[in-house]
Amino acid sequence: MSRNGPFAVLFHSLFVAFMLAPLAVVMWMSLTPSNLLSLPTTELSLRWFRAILGHSQFLEAFWFSILLGVIAATIAMLLAVPAALALARHRFPGRDAFVALFLSPLIIPHVVLGVAFLRFFTQIGTTGSFIGLLGSHVLVIFPYGLRLVLAALTTSDPAIERAAISLGASQWTVFRRVLLPLMIPGVAGGWMISFIQSFDEVTMTVFVATPSSMTLPVRMYHYIEESIDPLVASVSTVVILLTFLLMAIVDRIYGLDRILVGKG
Amino acid sequence: MADATRRRAPYLLSLPALLIFAALLLVPLAMIVGLSFQAYDLNTGRIEGLTLGNYADTLGDSYYHGIFLRTLGIALATTLVCILIGAPEAYFLSRMKAPWRSIFLIVTLSPLLISVVVRTLGWALLFGRNGVINQVLAALGLASGPIPMLYTVHGVIIALVHVAVPFMVISVWASLQRLDPRVIRAAQSLGASEFTIFRRIVLPQVAPGILSGSLIVFALAASAFATPAIIGGRQLKVVATATYDEFLGTLNWPLGAAVAVVLLIVNATIMLTYNRIVERRYSRFAQ
Repeated sequence: MSRNGPFAVLFHSLFVAFMLAPLAVVMWMSLTPSNLLSLPTTELSLRWFRAILGHSQFLEAFWFSILLGVIAATIAMLLAVPAALALARHRFPGRDAFVALFLSPLIIPHVVLGVAFLRFFTQIGTTGSFIGLLGSHVLVIFPYGLRLVLAALTTSDPAIERAAISLGASQWTVFRRVLLPLMIPGVAGGWMISFIQSFDEVTMTVFVATPSSMTLPVRMYHYIEESIDPLVASVSTVVILLTFLLMAIVDRIYGLDRILVGKG
Repeated sequence: MADATRRRAPYLLSLPALLIFAALLLVPLAMIVGLSFQAYDLNTGRIEGLTLGNYADTLGDSYYHGIFLRTLGIALATTLVCILIGAPEAYFLSRMKAPWRSIFLIVTLSPLLISVVVRTLGWALLFGRNGVINQVLAALGLASGPIPMLYTVHGVIIALVHVAVPFMVISVWASLQRLDPRVIRAAQSLGASEFTIFRRIVLPQVAPGILSGSLIVFALAASAFATPAIIGGRQLKVVATATYDEFLGTLNWPLGAAVAVVLLIVNATIMLTYNRIVERRYSRFAQ
């Protein structure tokens, strides 16, 4: 195709600046030596990063979010792998309805899920419990994991499995020697994306989190509601750097452009 | 026997996920619909009896009218801006050379994976009265006084565009990938101008991508919570923040449930109608 003209280059530069500006400003602000929200121009300081260590509310919420994300992503993948095998390797009545149901958390507004979970947990008496929060996170991250495993399975050739069976392999051997190696990039990438989605989720979690079960984004949201100071900028910078690290890992094992553009 | 096992296999494999979805999606959604039909006593705070009053309040009250209209306006404006900047960006990206294309694709799309709270904080820092944008404008002598952006509708729209535009880029990008470069070369060899190629070949091909991108962007913008809450503040309510207030502020749960159900139905209706139009009009382009 033909090359981009000067207008295209200018437009693209402005677009990239627009996308990166809020992240750059947060990271720059976190290096301020001042008590006020003023961008550092003459000297940089790490004092607001040291200050995080003195605020147990952020540290506790951070570890809580990590724990929640790891367990929720693991459970979601344990549910998604067999479901993806069923959807990718079988044609059965009700298949389309299953797909619609499994992907529906992507379409339902998270605020609606939030109030539905709040009501549900209050009725069954598990408000603020870890199990409740975990269940709600498993549900909203499930479609992301499912899509990646499905993509890994649908791009592979089912003839390989038939060949293995015709050569006398048992069901278990086919799963272990053929399907599992095929699925591993999808499962690993899906786990990472599920973890990131759980770690970032705020709209639904803000309804079901209580002071004893507070995730980092919800803690940050309540903090920003009260006041914005350099401390919350340094916490945000840690979140940005951690996300970039995870993205680099995902890029190595699965290909970030494949995940973002959604092509398997 | 083997045949029966094979027929049962997909259901058994999906069963764990199905059970979770039944218990944690269908039951809570049914409960919230049920709750929306229950009466709430403002004096005692008790929930009892069946009523349509919550829907009458939601749909008839001018306070909620204003909130629904504002949400609709913000979502439409966000969608429009996303089309205007996201579609050309996807087009320019697709015309880039090999290493740059995937580098910039990741650069433009990766903010998608960073928490909405963090990204909105960035906009709050940029927008404030003494925020970065106003300081730069003042230093350059471009503005006589601070331009209000925090707690304004246009501030919310800008921040929502940032959150939602990657989805427009993805969607248009996907439809551009199906564009056959040979058709463009044929048009060039027949003497078509750049503009004619864009209008007669590229645009009709990416239209379904723009439409499906708009769908995602609209749904996201109409139900966004953290961005309007932080940038819009307490005064500038949208449906999601109003629902939050009913549930965790005034504690009128049945009314909050009715607002949430209306949001769900409006969102689902718009998406399904839109989807049907897109499918009917562009079925020959859709994969």
